[in-house]
Amino acid sequence: MRSKLVATLAGVSTLALYSSLAVGSKYNFPEPQSIIARETYDQHIALLWICLAIFIAVFGVMFYSILKHRKSVGHKAANFHHSTTVEVVWTIIPCIILVAMALPATKTIIAMKDTSSPDITIKATGYQWMWGYDYLQGEGEGISFYSKLSTPRAQIENKEPKGENYLLEVDNRVVVPVGKKVRVIITANDVLHAWSVPALGVKQDAIPGFIRDTWFTADNPGIYRGQCSELCGKDHGYMPIVVEVMAANDYAQWVAEQTKSATIKTSMHIENK
Amino acid sequence: MAAVHGDAHGHEHDDHHPSGIMRWVKTTNHKDIGTMYLWFSFTMFMVGGFLAMGIRAELYQPGIQILEPELFNQFTTLHGLIMVFGAIMPAFVGFANWQVPMMIGAPDMAFARMNNWSFWLLPVAATMLIGSFFVPGGAAAGGWTFYPPLSTQGGLGVDLMIFSVHVLGASSIMGSINIITTILNMRAPGMTLMKMPMFVWTWLITAYLLVLVMPVLAGVVTMLLTDRHFGTSFFNAAGGGDPVLFQHIFWFFGHPEVYIMILPAFGIVSEIIPTFSRKPLFGYSSMVYATASIAILSCVVWAHHMFTAGMPAVGQLFFMYATMLIAVPTAVKVFNWTATMWRGSMTFETPMLFSIGFIFLFVIGGFSGVICAIVPIDIQVQDTYYVIAHFHYVLVSGALFALFAGVYYWIPKWTGHMYSETLGKWHFWLSMFFFNMTFFVQHFLGLAGMPRRVPDYNLQFADFNMISSLGAFGFGLTQLLFLYLVIDCIRKGEKASQMPWDGATTLEWTHLPSPAPYHTFETPPVIK
Repeated sequence: MRSKLVATLAGVSTLALYSSLAVGSKYNFPEPQSIIARETYDQHIALLWICLAIFIAVFGVMFYSILKHRKSVGHKAANFHHSTTVEVVWTIIPCIILVAMALPATKTIIAMKDTSSPDITIKATGYQWMWGYDYLQGEGEGISFYSKLSTPRAQIENKEPKGENYLLEVDNRVVVPVGKKVRVIITANDVLHAWSVPALGVKQDAIPGFIRDTWFTADNPGIYRGQCSELCGKDHGYMPIVVEVMAANDYAQWVAEQTKSATIKTSMHIENK
Repeated sequence: MAAVHGDAHGHEHDDHHPSGIMRWVKTTNHKDIGTMYLWFSFTMFMVGGFLAMGIRAELYQPGIQILEPELFNQFTTLHGLIMVFGAIMPAFVGFANWQVPMMIGAPDMAFARMNNWSFWLLPVAATMLIGSFFVPGGAAAGGWTFYPPLSTQGGLGVDLMIFSVHVLGASSIMGSINIITTILNMRAPGMTLMKMPMFVWTWLITAYLLVLVMPVLAGVVTMLLTDRHFGTSFFNAAGGGDPVLFQHIFWFFGHPEVYIMILPAFGIVSEIIPTFSRKPLFGYSSMVYATASIAILSCVVWAHHMFTAGMPAVGQLFFMYATMLIAVPTAVKVFNWTATMWRGSMTFETPMLFSIGFIFLFVIGGFSGVICAIVPIDIQVQDTYYVIAHFHYVLVSGALFALFAGVYYWIPKWTGHMYSETLGKWHFWLSMFFFNMTFFVQHFLGLAGMPRRVPDYNLQFADFNMISSLGAFGFGLTQLLFLYLVIDCIRKGEKASQMPWDGATTLEWTHLPSPAPYHTFETPPVIK
């Protein structure tokens, strides 16, 4: 009776723990901001539950056995050593579970690969150690800038208190409009890097001499942060990616400002010559 | 350790062998070589552990405190290489050296001199690897996977690493050929393949994997070397090469490699569980088939390490399905172990505790493995701490726990002494606690987006990193207890009987005294 109570309590508290873990973003993927990120998030939660169920089933049996079938309680060993039926059954069941896991993932993979007909195309280039962005197509075409870590050196060296976005802030953010399909073309100049924004569900290695692409459509305006996700040398930890998603009219305004300052820069450049 | 004189056990030849240092330098005895392998790997485990402590000390708090980023990268790189090639792999070869001949009733390994040579290559390679910290530019800093073009940039340290990988690879290939030949040709009369102990089976399959993939690793590091010094462009786009080619070749070695590190662990656990359950292993033949299918599947899943490198949807789907399929034979193994325990008459000495701990935590690592196999989720967790947590669950609480279990299980046979059960249990429970403290929280760090291989991080990751570091320090200290325990056992452990475990059925327990004499099975036993 008491052991049953303990077992029930343990079960309930494990479930409660797992559910609470699933909610807090500190314990989970960031709040998804695109359809791909949302699907990934949901699949991950579903998988956690499936794994938990299997875990409880398998170790329930094992720990029951550990408690009851021990020498110290006088249990005598049986002598069976195989059963074809049981073995066939427990080979087939995992196969079925795996198929159930693979189906939704397959759909998401196919959707992830569809980079066709974007509204805006941006090229991201990895350098040691910063990102370069060129707006290649769509509203904002022609805008081009570099994006570097803006956290002061003093914070890294522990001489100043660290800010909220320590190591996740840049001088120039990538700005995109909300609800538009953005295709990101990714390459690198020197070594491998990876362009990653978890909330938007994208991560793609940047490979020098080759071009890869990915896409996202941001659901809500906001600022989403990521970090270089392929070891690229000494300052690998210091080349974040910050994407600012704006409402359509704000974006238009941003484009206008960028284009104007670009014109000024170009004309100054000409005058200097 | 195994030097026991006298012919009380009916051995025809006496046990004369050189003494002092020359005994170890010139030995061709499988037990001596096994001992050297084990001590070598434990030394490397300490070195790799020291590097891990450095990494965790830097990550204890945000900001740069003790390791500058470049040195931090050298630490992570060498930690990985030393633990994989210096600690885990040689430890299993040490087990094979000690146990395979005794378990199949053979007098020694098939190629005794090559056995000596394959061991003595290891200290050379290790010296080059560790010495690379002290050359100009420092050690390799491109990660244990040394992807180009980053690894093309490094200095002399990278070249030393390449040569030491060559030497380690040569040693592994020789060791495996030796194991295959021994198992296939030197079994006692009557011991058919399907009567071999599981440990021997898993090593036979592992050795084939090693012979298959080690030359591939040697090839890829050679290509890297010629890219660095002789003007080739295998991995350089400017010369018509492709950096991703390296990743394909590396992981064609690298994925079977992880099974090379886990299959013998399955073997050890499959010996221990039946012994302490006092019941035969459930589903012996399905265990053999499961091991073989894991080995075969492991050769066609390599690109799941490269889902973010970019490949066609068809490629991603193939590698996802193939990877998920590995879960089936692995699950079968776990079910078989559970069924072996079911209705047994169990006792829980340290080897059994480590084996149960192994199953418990390895299954967690297996679950996170399935989660990583799902491409969309993998793309989110790729190169984050989630992956670190995953592979430490399979390599530390998998391979390493099984190695500990094996040491506790066989040390009475090796030394003739019992270890201290109390200290052994302390070692288990402390390892279990600190291991989970270190690595469980890393799942959360990874999900929340903390990249791996960074010396510094945002404040949101601070508390979990601190917990993880404290756990790591505890885990490191706990292993010193293990060292003490082993020395204590060798020097003044209680005398062990021939069969200290009731349920053991393999030849080394049923036919040989403890400690096992220097030469064993000069006349093969007959298996019915």
